[in-house]
Amino acid sequence: MTTTYDAYSAGATDDGTAEGKVFNLAGSDWDEVVAGAKDAADDERLVVNMGPQHPSTHGVLRLILTLDGESVDEVRVGIGYLHTGIEKNMEYRTWTQGTTFCTRMDYLAPIFNETAYCLAVEKLLGVTDKIPERANVIRVMMMELNRISSHLVAIATFGLELGATTVMLNGFVEREYTLDLFEEITGLRMNMAYIRPGGVAQDIGPAAIAKLRAYLERMPERFGQLRKLLDANPVYLARTKDVAYLDLTGCMALGVTGPVLRSAGLPWDLRKTQPYCGYETYDFEVHTQDTCDVYGRYLVRMAEMEESLKIVEQCVERLTKGSAKDGPVMIEDKKIGWPAQLAIGTDGMGNSPAHIGHIMGESMEALIHHFKLVTEGFRVPAGQAYAAVESPRGELAAHVVSDGGTRPHRAHFRDPSFVNLQATAAMCEGSYVADVIAAVASLDPVMGGVDR
Amino acid sequence: MSETGGVARRGMFGAGSTGDTSGYGGLVVRRQVAASSPRPYGGYFDDVADHMERSGLGDAIERTVVDRDEITFFVKRERIRDVAAVMRDNPELRFELLSGVSGVHYPLEEGGELHAVYHLLSMTHNRRVRLEVAIPDADPHVPSVVSVYPTADWHERETWDFFGIIFDGHPALTRIEMPDDWVGHPQRKDYPLGGIPVEYRGAEVPPPDERRSYS
Repeated sequence: MTTTYDAYSAGATDDGTAEGKVFNLAGSDWDEVVAGAKDAADDERLVVNMGPQHPSTHGVLRLILTLDGESVDEVRVGIGYLHTGIEKNMEYRTWTQGTTFCTRMDYLAPIFNETAYCLAVEKLLGVTDKIPERANVIRVMMMELNRISSHLVAIATFGLELGATTVMLNGFVEREYTLDLFEEITGLRMNMAYIRPGGVAQDIGPAAIAKLRAYLERMPERFGQLRKLLDANPVYLARTKDVAYLDLTGCMALGVTGPVLRSAGLPWDLRKTQPYCGYETYDFEVHTQDTCDVYGRYLVRMAEMEESLKIVEQCVERLTKGSAKDGPVMIEDKKIGWPAQLAIGTDGMGNSPAHIGHIMGESMEALIHHFKLVTEGFRVPAGQAYAAVESPRGELAAHVVSDGGTRPHRAHFRDPSFVNLQATAAMCEGSYVADVIAAVASLDPVMGGVDR
Repeated sequence: MSETGGVARRGMFGAGSTGDTSGYGGLVVRRQVAASSPRPYGGYFDDVADHMERSGLGDAIERTVVDRDEITFFVKRERIRDVAAVMRDNPELRFELLSGVSGVHYPLEEGGELHAVYHLLSMTHNRRVRLEVAIPDADPHVPSVVSVYPTADWHERETWDFFGIIFDGHPALTRIEMPDDWVGHPQRKDYPLGGIPVEYRGAEVPPPDERRSYS
């Protein structure tokens, strides 16, 4: 449908009409645009509003492209379509309930959101050193599994956006195996609220360890297959090599971190440079590329998944044989630590019968304590803390402010998707339209994290 | 801190509408005094502070707080851009990455209700510092640091959107998360969360911002 009225730029001129012709498309009607563009000789530039509902914009991302034929003159990024006010909501819940909210921000990396938040809360409480070793090992293992599942989605959706369904199916199958592990360990595939201030929600059972072992055996071969599909695939190379160039200077100026930064040659990985949760005790490498392009970012992600597998293997060793073989998974301090032994009852998962028996049958004090901890929550000394973790997309950090109460005064998340998306224009302007898709996909933005 | 007199909290259990049966009703917890931390700060903090002073930033810093292994420099708002530029360019400081800018609203802090918080990261020296600017609600202007750190662009837009802090010199300070025609700045403490009561097993649960608060 061709009109002169543009609902998106209403107000651009006084009478509410756009400067040129407006095409409203719903798909499969590009002929109209082609025909319309042909007879508009004086109006060569085409402004295309891509998204927020578009299959290749990774959710509700809106790109406003100014095109000169096939090449992109200008890119503007519109976000905010998935803003849910999670940060504001967290100010009205207890510190522990906060995990349930922040886990939903970057929905492909829930464990990282929870960990960043919990590390910040623990820093405020001053209990960072008192987190049990077993809880830390479980945290690291969950984060690395999550990194694998997130990178798998990044690579799979990237394949889909370039039209390679095989890559998509292969990636999602493997991700599903990873999510099965999450389900076994936490009870949920996504948004687990598993990492809690003081430790983790519950211990890992023998069934999960067996599943982890099977997973560790399966994955190296599957990564090999994925590499066979893509590493030297001429079509894939043509779409990714020397595309969406962003060098180290650009990364620094735009605050870009994560695989994009490492594809520019800087081995900056918070797990190595500013370790947390005991990462300094694990044996793994930080992979870099110096191509600064989409292909380099793919290679970095692939190598990171293989490294993550190594870390998971070391975690399983520690959880079964090593120093973290047994022991609590929640801080000993009863004023902070929630009961971390859960069990399946007739009405779903809840506190273990032993804990219920203790508070209901044995100790009135324990009942009062449990009730106060759950309804009121614990108080956190006033102050502010900043804790950063290396999420699959870069530096994910929580800036948490307490006024001394049982709720956060402010919880702000520095989400890497939000920051990295700013690089879209630097990567795309001057390139072809088709490369915009590749550029955005190589940033791997998750709109839940961008908009929060 | 006028009528509250620096009091952070009275009583113990958040119950203000009923009679005091707990005996804790008279409890008064005072707010922390805004004071500078004494030297030495410890770790690399002294080194950073020395180099900042040597670069002529001594008078730009109102106070310095070291807390929980983090250092915060409270910067005079008119100097924030100079401070950012020196922090980035001085090879001894070299904070080449701005992790983010965000706001915090302290409604009881008279004359400094709104804070803009900057987290700087030096990859060269592997250090982090925090810069903070406190500004009055009545005059919420801060110079933009986009010309120093281009990454601040969206962060400052977000802080404007959520807190109403105006970053002077920003290339296009528009709303980023909320719709363009939105009224108000949602992350401020005087902006209600909203919500409706929910019925659960016969009882009515009020919306979150009307539930009992203990702080």
